[in-house]
Amino acid sequence: MLGKTAGGLYWMFRYLERSENNARLVDAGFRIALTRSAAAEDEWMSVIQTAGVQEGFLERHDQADASTVTDYMLRDKTNSSSVLSVVEAARNNARLVRTALTREVWEATNECWLALKDVLARPVRERDLPETLGTIRQQSALVRAALHGTMLRNDIYDFARIGTFIERADNTARILDVKYYVLLPSVMHVGSSLDNVQWETILRSVSAQRAYRWLNAGDINPKGIAEFLIRDRRLPRSLAFCYTKLVDNLGYLADDYGHRLPCHDLSEEVLAKLRGHTIDTIFDQGLHQFLEEFLSANNRLGRQIEQDYRFYG
Amino acid sequence: MDSAKSIFDEMLVGENEARSPYSDYHGWFLEEDAARLNRKSKEAETFFRRTGITFNVYGQEEAAERLIPFDIVPRIISGREWARLSRGIEQRVRAINSFLYDIYHRQEIIRAGRVPVELIAQNEAFLDKMIGVAPPGNIYTHIVGTDIVRTGEDQFYVLEDNARTPSGVSYMLENRETMLQMFPELFSKIRVQPVSDYPKNLRRSLSACVPDKCDGKPVVAVLTPGIHNSAYFEHAFLADQMGAELVEGHDLRVIDGRIAMRTTRGYTPIDVIYRRIDDDFLDPLNFNPQSLLGVPGIMDVYRAGGITIANAPGTGIADDKAIYSYMPDIVEFYTGETAILKNVPTWRCSDDDSLTYVLEHLDELVVKEVHGSGGYGMLVGPAASKREIAAFREKLKAKPGNYIAQPTLSLSTVPILTKKGLAPRHVDLRPFVLVSPNGINITPGGLTRVALKKGSLVVNSSQGGGTKDTWVLEE
Repeated sequence: MLGKTAGGLYWMFRYLERSENNARLVDAGFRIALTRSAAAEDEWMSVIQTAGVQEGFLERHDQADASTVTDYMLRDKTNSSSVLSVVEAARNNARLVRTALTREVWEATNECWLALKDVLARPVRERDLPETLGTIRQQSALVRAALHGTMLRNDIYDFARIGTFIERADNTARILDVKYYVLLPSVMHVGSSLDNVQWETILRSVSAQRAYRWLNAGDINPKGIAEFLIRDRRLPRSLAFCYTKLVDNLGYLADDYGHRLPCHDLSEEVLAKLRGHTIDTIFDQGLHQFLEEFLSANNRLGRQIEQDYRFYG
Repeated sequence: MDSAKSIFDEMLVGENEARSPYSDYHGWFLEEDAARLNRKSKEAETFFRRTGITFNVYGQEEAAERLIPFDIVPRIISGREWARLSRGIEQRVRAINSFLYDIYHRQEIIRAGRVPVELIAQNEAFLDKMIGVAPPGNIYTHIVGTDIVRTGEDQFYVLEDNARTPSGVSYMLENRETMLQMFPELFSKIRVQPVSDYPKNLRRSLSACVPDKCDGKPVVAVLTPGIHNSAYFEHAFLADQMGAELVEGHDLRVIDGRIAMRTTRGYTPIDVIYRRIDDDFLDPLNFNPQSLLGVPGIMDVYRAGGITIANAPGTGIADDKAIYSYMPDIVEFYTGETAILKNVPTWRCSDDDSLTYVLEHLDELVVKEVHGSGGYGMLVGPAASKREIAAFREKLKAKPGNYIAQPTLSLSTVPILTKKGLAPRHVDLRPFVLVSPNGINITPGGLTRVALKKGSLVVNSSQGGGTKDTWVLEE
């Protein structure tokens, strides 16, 4: 496979993942704003922080509220991470790697772009927001379904999956990091309803509120949430799950190509670290510091893969 | 302009009688509900948009990703008509390859005085770097798209030879796919020769022209300028259908006398490049130094037999519009036969008498730039305003050698479906020809381009033309 094609696949699936994650973040922000109007502005701002776009946002808007954040996160073309921007970027990458995709995957991606361009052509009204967010997630799901249902399990598939999980791990770690203070045991409002809403938002941001309640018989506590999102390998958006998949998919590439590269060691190190810790040792070390280290290792892995598989040269 | 009477309609004779190739289709059409057909028309558009069969228009804003309009009424050619057409095309393409070999070697045709030496020597399309080079299998034009127009029952003319990098074949294939999906019943009723073998034949044909240095299964790649090129969809489509890599210049480099592509496992040599970029951009070391699209040094590798380039560099000399007027001589010179397909009478404006005639008759002629394509920079006299003609007259006088002129042919029409029913529109035809040492393969049919505006003769997609599925009937 061409190095350029591997890079195109990786980025195509990173962008598709980001589109869906954005929708989830906005959904969680919207939910908390509706139920807790006092905390609304902070909540909207933390959506922007989680997406890592505060600088650009503050250049465009003075205030974080439902309409400014929704607009910036979903349809602002000056925001290279907005849903509209990433879906277009995903589709451009899909065009670049057209020969590596089945017709089904290409058409699902193209339709995703056509549908979202249409839905996001005008500012989204509040009453249409739930439906619009639903459409964004559904369009992502259709591409994923086409990928799983029609693609050969070869290096092409591996690069698509690697992009997905690097992006997803980044997203989950950021969600935790922006909210890490509400998860700390020492925080003042422990047990208050504010915390309950905050915790619920974190779970919602990774579509895990139901799973968590089901697994914990309704007992919501900060340590449990952190443990779930960091270490639980059953949760498809947890850091441990993402790294298990990354190690697997990189491992298939190593088998397929017949040799290991620096990215293999790096991914295994990160996974070993996730497994080596308990949630208590993480809290002892400092949750924020742990997440910062994780985010930087995740970035490093992305760059190493790029280099090892010759995406650009 | 031509009176309505002299225009040949390929489907209808008079009000409601169809010519024989169309009789089955016409019978079916009359039974159809007009509303259903209009709905199908819209469906076709959705199908094309979803598949992403779009093209970018140069000089327009981003997001100018447009569809080429597709008309659901097929253009139908009988098996007998096709047999004659394909014989004529084959003869012409054979002659073109012999001409190219000759012109880059002994130049017998010039020695024989059949083509003037200035036409070659002062022609930008003639590449000095190709002199004495014999491409693998002596094939220059692996892919040709011969543009043909019709003016009557038996009157076919070759309008252009397109021996560089003809485009449009993806539309031929997708138009058929679309028709098969929309009207399966038509295809079980009417026996139409299939076109779907084209990608397989293209791969086979390219693989038959491997360079000496190829060892093992030939590696074929399509070289594209990238996703912003107007024909990118086609480049990706063909690579995909052939199972070939789609590469850009920056994926390639010269390694050990071969052209190699950067893969996830390192550099792998390529044997055959189907390039979709012009000669000028192919190699910044040998041609345009500004080019970022090509591969530095590829011409040296080519000349040393390390790679096959399809079509060969320098083939433009054969489809140059100034050379065009000599095609009947060229066919005769190399095949010893009279050309089966006619040329459109052509005035070369470099010639003083011709120039005088052309200047006096601008309002009835079509004047084209010798090196132009895509319908840009041409004058269609009968459709032009007085002011346009006056402006063109100045350009022509300033640089007569840059132009040729032809009479305005009354191109045949085939009906398109409009909201008010069938309406005749002018068409041309571009059959696609593959040339390899194993022979010449012509896909039955080709791309029919249709001018959607009433009375218009310009069928180019960049100028508002559309396309039709083209059927060649089984005998």
